[in-house]
Amino acid sequence: MRYLPKSPVERREMLAAIGAKSIDELFASIPEKYRLRGALKIPGPYSEAEVIQYFKERAAENAAGYTRFLGAGVYNHLRSVVTDTIIQRGEFLTSYTPYQAEISQGTLQAIFEFQTLMCQLTGQDVANASMYDGSTATTEAVLMAERLTGRQRVLIARSVHPEYREVLKTYARNSGLRIEEIPFSTSGTVDTKALQGALKDDVAAVVAQSPNFFGAIESYAPLAEAAHAEGALFVVAIAEGVSLGLLRPPVEADIVAMEAQSFGLPPSYGGPFAGVIAAREKCVRQMPGRLAGQTTDSEGHRGFVLTLATREQHIRREKATSNICTNQALCALAATVHLTLLGKEGLREMAEQNLSKAQFALAELLKIPGVRRAFDAPFFNEFTVELPRSVKIVNSHLLREKIVGPLALGTAYPELTKKALVCVTEMTPRAEIERFAGAVKSALEQPV
Amino acid sequence: MRWNSRFRRIEEVVANELRPLARQMRNMNEKIKKASRHVSQKEGLIFEKSSPGKRAFELPPLDVPVADASKVLGAHHRGDGVEGFPEVSEIEVIRHFTRLSTWNHAIDLGMYPLGSCTMKYNPRVNEFVARLEGIATEHPYQPTDLSQGCLKIQWLLEKCLLEITGMDAITLQPAAGAQGELTGLLLIRAYLQKQGNPRKKVLIPDSAHGTNPATAVIAGYEVENIKSGANGQIDVAGLRRLMNEDVAALMITNPSTLGIYEQHLPEIAQILHAKGALVYMDGANMNALAGITRPGDVGVDVMHLNLHKTFSTPHGGGGPGAGPVAMKKILEPFRPVPILVEKENGRLALEPVRRESIGRVKAFSSNFGVLVRALAYILAYGPGVRQATEDAVLNANYIRKHLEGVYELPYSLPSMHEVVFSDAIQKKDGVNTMDIAKRLIDYGFHPYTTAFPLIVPGALMIEPTESESREECDLFIDAMKSIAEEAATQPELVKTAPHTTRVGRLDEVSAARKPVLRWKPAAPRSTAAD
Amino acid sequence: MAYPKSYRYTKEHEWIEVKGDLATIGITDHAQHELGDVVFVELPKPGAKIEAGKSFGTVESVKAVSEIYAPASGEVIEINGELQNKPETINNDPHGAAWLIKVRLTNAKGISDLMDAPAYEAYIAEKGKETSA
Repeated sequence: MRYLPKSPVERREMLAAIGAKSIDELFASIPEKYRLRGALKIPGPYSEAEVIQYFKERAAENAAGYTRFLGAGVYNHLRSVVTDTIIQRGEFLTSYTPYQAEISQGTLQAIFEFQTLMCQLTGQDVANASMYDGSTATTEAVLMAERLTGRQRVLIARSVHPEYREVLKTYARNSGLRIEEIPFSTSGTVDTKALQGALKDDVAAVVAQSPNFFGAIESYAPLAEAAHAEGALFVVAIAEGVSLGLLRPPVEADIVAMEAQSFGLPPSYGGPFAGVIAAREKCVRQMPGRLAGQTTDSEGHRGFVLTLATREQHIRREKATSNICTNQALCALAATVHLTLLGKEGLREMAEQNLSKAQFALAELLKIPGVRRAFDAPFFNEFTVELPRSVKIVNSHLLREKIVGPLALGTAYPELTKKALVCVTEMTPRAEIERFAGAVKSALEQPV
Repeated sequence: MRWNSRFRRIEEVVANELRPLARQMRNMNEKIKKASRHVSQKEGLIFEKSSPGKRAFELPPLDVPVADASKVLGAHHRGDGVEGFPEVSEIEVIRHFTRLSTWNHAIDLGMYPLGSCTMKYNPRVNEFVARLEGIATEHPYQPTDLSQGCLKIQWLLEKCLLEITGMDAITLQPAAGAQGELTGLLLIRAYLQKQGNPRKKVLIPDSAHGTNPATAVIAGYEVENIKSGANGQIDVAGLRRLMNEDVAALMITNPSTLGIYEQHLPEIAQILHAKGALVYMDGANMNALAGITRPGDVGVDVMHLNLHKTFSTPHGGGGPGAGPVAMKKILEPFRPVPILVEKENGRLALEPVRRESIGRVKAFSSNFGVLVRALAYILAYGPGVRQATEDAVLNANYIRKHLEGVYELPYSLPSMHEVVFSDAIQKKDGVNTMDIAKRLIDYGFHPYTTAFPLIVPGALMIEPTESESREECDLFIDAMKSIAEEAATQPELVKTAPHTTRVGRLDEVSAARKPVLRWKPAAPRSTAAD
Repeated sequence: MAYPKSYRYTKEHEWIEVKGDLATIGITDHAQHELGDVVFVELPKPGAKIEAGKSFGTVESVKAVSEIYAPASGEVIEINGELQNKPETINNDPHGAAWLIKVRLTNAKGISDLMDAPAYEAYIAEKGKETSA
């Protein structure tokens, strides 16, 4: 086997050195009757070429060659080859969590830079080294708010990603948290009247996403004021980080939960991505996950270590702030490299292209008779349109044109049938947007 | 002694030449502004290289009219660009991160014997296939008819993992081991709830990973720690006494964190089952069992696997991982949604709703890219996974044989894939496990896991994995013997190690007392000087 | 470091100084020594009730968290706010400047059962022998 660095002779000699007659002797502590007799029934062994062939065949059974108008928490953005080049360096790829600081300074400094970038993006004071993804980051942000306020009622906007809300409910079910959902208004944003009606001094957190699941941009100030008036924390979830290249950061938030997938990570059928929690400095001791901090070595030189570890499971065990151990470090490194490449101007320009393309796509779609905007709040690179017939039917027509159409919102929101969430990014060429609009038009013209 | 003479020279070189040199070089950093390799390296933060107008990335020109952001977003949503973001060129980005990378130890550079972490070789073909067009590019919400490739990969991985664990059903959704643990406990809770009572507590041995108790609390359970028996295994008689109908589950790591196989697992399972409770197995140490024996055959009801341990997906400096959870049939109805199913026409589909499901534990399907890598690993081995397990156990026992007596072996039962020593012998000279670990760095190895499991004071937890050649194991053994000798003769040399790294021991106390967790721009005057 | 004669000591290494119905509570020199460099202290808010034998806060070193147990029951009237910014005071002056909380006692019973300075010194000397054995 090509991954195993031993010859049969070496194996025999090592066994002899141990004083064992056979390899089976080393497994003697496993009762005989529980040891497998035959070989495992799994395919292989395959050579490298065969492994590649297998996955190429699977790749061909997916949607390569289709133009996609899907976002909804997973975005297709331009990535530089530099990012993958860096994260495939063995020193980053094949190293462990940097507990041994003296030989992990590369990873530690990169995490420190990641934390800095995330603070700059979100307008917060501190950010952690990563969570699994945006959904678990949002959940952990709520649990953090519960610890900080000592309260157990949570108000989450219905315009937050449905799967983020599902994950929150899964985690909350046994913790005594009571999760209530706040409806959205006709503009597609949080219904502030409903929020104010539900807010009392027993609320731990008010959670909103922006741009929200419908693509609509929330106004932070009134939500934050309402939450703070009752002593609740304001938690902002961000699923599309590129929007921060143009939008004002959520400085009114106490905790920000962000998905960093848009920063150099491919859609990869849903993961691995990287979640982030950023927060006000006063919240840091209740933060989950790893934190890298700056310090000095015995000679007074700058160096970095994992710090405030007493929050974590390996020290505080059942009293830890979270059970997270393995995080998404390499994805966070990819985001760090990607954002460093983009820089201030690159991120702004990418955001501007997204905004412009989405504006263009909406204008093209609105030329089609019967298509109208579903919500009137400003949007970034995703928007909701109402079609004169079922989104699913329209999408099945689009597939024939090798187009994966927009997300049908009716699945997650029964009241939003015929509403479609359209996403375009800098990766969607104008010609494809025009072809898409043309295909939607002809799909709507088809007899029922 | 052979090993002694072999390292005598290194020891002298380190003490007399390298150590002062290293210190000198580190101090010269103040004068040497240019980076070079190893101890003299100097590389600031990327933010410190920034200068307005430098670019590392260019977008193709926009092919639609430019939108007026202030107009379409509204002035109060419009930001002024991200303050403090770096502005650098492409070559500076490459050099910056390449230089940082050289400060890390890595499996690719040499043995990384962290116990319980299974730092094995991460095959490069895994990275290649995970990045293929048609795999990395796929969107989780595209129609399942256009995702058959992705679904088939998951389907085959499910089948392989079920065969390896001997379980009946599986979910690939959890993002890491700790999330797998939570999923498993939620499955148990849902099952017991359906019987009428979710129960109160989870039993956890004192040798367990910290994630176990932290997870139990999130699942709504109290933790009851159970003491290990004198031989390091679960005290079966004690467990029997402790057992009552308040207990929902026992979380057990097998082999234990001492690297010892829990021989009495079938009996332990019987004790739990007799009272209606279930057995959760932490599969962190599955690298000792794959292809040899199956948890499903010895009474385990539910377990997680760490694909980033046993199945070779890279640790990447801390993640990402994946923590699939395999289970017996009784738990199957409660799996997280969506559930991968095979339709009558042979097509695969994702079932979004199941009445009894515990719900989702993460958005979208899974850490899919990690699953791809794990399947690539399994396909490369096929049934030969067994050989990997055998080699892992062979290496651990080879190291144990050679270091027994040099270091104290607190538990003498046979070792599986890892061996746990203690620093009891070296303590007499004031040298502890952390000192020995740091000294190991000077010998070119990553330290073993220190101070864990908690039941061994001053633990040295060593897991070589199957990826180490005999030659590498011998070098490690020689290094450990040499350090033991140093601990006896020159304890200061060990206590102040490492001496050859870019930075010396770091001040963790100041880092925790006055945390500096992000870079901030220097005072305005110095920026103006740039 | 000398153990003040006027203090009483617990087996969990807290000290208490009683003046009328007011008491000051801290951790002992032995405790700070065992913990190593203290990096953070978590204390209850003034007004909180503490109960003899129950944990009322934590003290953290880089890699450990230890509970602090109340030597007596009472209501917290003042906490040592200085410790938030200067946790190292606990290492430097555990019996003086690094007092943790001041309490109005609700029940002084049991305090006289706590160890006095010579008894505590004997107790930690005995403990020291156990661990080195």
